Amino acid sequence: MFRIRFHGRGGQGMKTAGNILGSAFFGEGFEVQDAPRYGAERRGAPLFSYVRASRTPIQERGVIDNPDLVVVADESLMMLPAAGVMQGVTADTVILINTRDAQGWQARARFPGVVLAVPAIAASPPGGTPPLQSAVCAGAAARLVGVIRRETLAQAVRLELDARGRLMLDQDLRWTLAAYDAMSAHAGCVRERVAERNGVTAAPDWIDVPQDSVRRAAPDIHATASSEQSLTGTWRSFRPVIDPGHCNRCSWICGTLCPDSAIRVDADRTPHIDYDHCKGCLVCVAVCPPHAIRAVAEGKAAACEKIAQ
Amino acid sequence: MTRALLTGNGAAAWGARLAEVDYVPAFPITPQTEIIETLAGWYASGAMQGRLTTLESEHSMITAAAAAAATGARVFTATSSQGLLYAMEMMFATPGWRAPFVLVNVSRAVATPITLEPDHTDVLAARDCGFVQIHCANAQELLDSVLIAYRVAEHPGVRVPVLVNQDGFYLSFTREPVELPSMDSVRRFLPAFAPGEVAFRASKPVSQAVAVLGGASYSYFRYELHLAVMQALVAYEEAAQAFAAEFGRRYSAVDTYRCDDAEVVFFMIGSFAAKAGDAVDRLRARGERVGLVRPRLLRPYPADAVREALRGKRAVAVIDQNLSMGFGGVLYAELAAALQGRPAMPMLCSYVGGLGGRDIRVEEFFAMAAESRNAAASGAVPATRLLYSGGELREVRKLQAIAAAERGEAGARP
Repeated sequence: MFRIRFHGRGGQGMKTAGNILGSAFFGEGFEVQDAPRYGAERRGAPLFSYVRASRTPIQERGVIDNPDLVVVADESLMMLPAAGVMQGVTADTVILINTRDAQGWQARARFPGVVLAVPAIAASPPGGTPPLQSAVCAGAAARLVGVIRRETLAQAVRLELDARGRLMLDQDLRWTLAAYDAMSAHAGCVRERVAERNGVTAAPDWIDVPQDSVRRAAPDIHATASSEQSLTGTWRSFRPVIDPGHCNRCSWICGTLCPDSAIRVDADRTPHIDYDHCKGCLVCVAVCPPHAIRAVAEGKAAACEKIAQ
Repeated sequence: MTRALLTGNGAAAWGARLAEVDYVPAFPITPQTEIIETLAGWYASGAMQGRLTTLESEHSMITAAAAAAATGARVFTATSSQGLLYAMEMMFATPGWRAPFVLVNVSRAVATPITLEPDHTDVLAARDCGFVQIHCANAQELLDSVLIAYRVAEHPGVRVPVLVNQDGFYLSFTREPVELPSMDSVRRFLPAFAPGEVAFRASKPVSQAVAVLGGASYSYFRYELHLAVMQALVAYEEAAQAFAAEFGRRYSAVDTYRCDDAEVVFFMIGSFAAKAGDAVDRLRARGERVGLVRPRLLRPYPADAVREALRGKRAVAVIDQNLSMGFGGVLYAELAAALQGRPAMPMLCSYVGGLGGRDIRVEEFFAMAAESRNAAASGAVPATRLLYSGGELREVRKLQAIAAAERGEAGARP
């Protein structure tokens, strides 16, 4: 069986990457299980998906804790223990990270196994849309397992992304196959593993659950923090930016429809976004009648601000 | 027949589509929403004929489902967890209307604290209401069970709603290969509903929410409902046989895995049973005679089939993915009642685990098998064990220490 985990942040397409890889395995005649796992259900929150592929029916279910391949679309997750990127990895696990410094991560994580970087796929045409991690990670992973043919992968992309329209599909297909091609030197480095049926298993460290005081045992939040003090602006991967030249001062649409009440409208009908609390859902971008609000990637937003000043 | 990758939710939606349901009252809740989204997409594209209506709550949704079913329409609906609890008044009221429909519940643990991942406390809260309950372990079984559920619900001797259960995340969001039956074969197995006297019309009013005073009349109606649900044992068996004849997949009321010569068996329901199956394979590879018994039908309770599966076994590790506060596991209690006083029945050991999606690890299955075997040998019944590890408690203690430190409590250290 192959056991593969994709780690990323909400919005990076790791569910899609798992679906593409799952479909590709299925296209090669494997029995497959693929599933996303997310807690907070929001853009930017850590999540993962996983894929099992086996030549015989699968007698496992749920989270994979002994992965053969771990794909990390966002290297900031490496420093977040709660993301569980390194959970259950052994020296036999291959780690594929979206980074320019695979060796650096190998050293920092003191990881003895193979660490590879997700291939850098150029936007085409130059300056066009940068490749989506869902496509690149799926393509690279498909090559590493060594049992998926290029045309099977292409078929899986078409099947999974059919609903996105021709333009998006062609783009995704190009990125996926480019990543597949770029990993040719490492084809088959992730090995299919036979489960350790007879492995010695340690006894569970079962305990009797102690009865605690109500003060401790009731799941109450005693802190006095309010939602105003909770700076949810850090959740954004894109920020809405209002162009005052195009805003027609309707005075209410973006501010009313913002689900976090993070847009305040002045007496002179000018809207202002509270970036400390805007979570980057981009509802305002979608609803603004004169299209006066655009989405700017957080990475670029700081640079844009500098230029504006 | 085509084979495709479907999530549990996709399989449930396909079940409704292939059953050619007329009406879907809907209300969203994680992890169920994907079912009604899929159906809504098919209604919008014209792939399904009929009507989907969004209701303002699950309470109204179940009312609408039963009211539509009372007109003779074929009705499908779905919910989960808090939604099922919110609908509970109508979950109890509608089976007495004796109108058949199918409800898919996507199990998710209940508040407090609120969470997303599965256990069966939600669906077992609906245990006593008069719905037939079918519990599924994989996506194929789910699609097939929706079709079987209509045969059972619409059986003239039954005529009560059927709840088909799947686990959130572990099944609802997990894609796996599913054979999609052809429309022709489904129509042979499940012809259009012939409603007979299930024919409420506004022009010919019937009151179905009647009051009776006096225990004797009340008891009569409740006993009748109970007998109708019991009759579903026969209807289920007929439906399962007809299903096997048409599609080649046999779904007995109680599934057994490597049980024939087993001395110790795991007893559990739902998709976590796959973990027990894996443990059985590993223990068998070590030469241990271990098996798995998984009831699909929980209401009506397939007591004869359960006794048959367990006769001659030495010990049973009953794994309850639910917790009846102040007692323990519901499956354990019911199994004990089913075996009580019968000859040659095994020792029962009770475990509660998998709450809120908490994993049950292979080493825990090994330990449960060993403990149950030892209990049978010594004759001493162990107390119910709440599966929890020292490591898990340490993690909770760390978080509690942080919480206590943040609010400046003295002696914050655990």
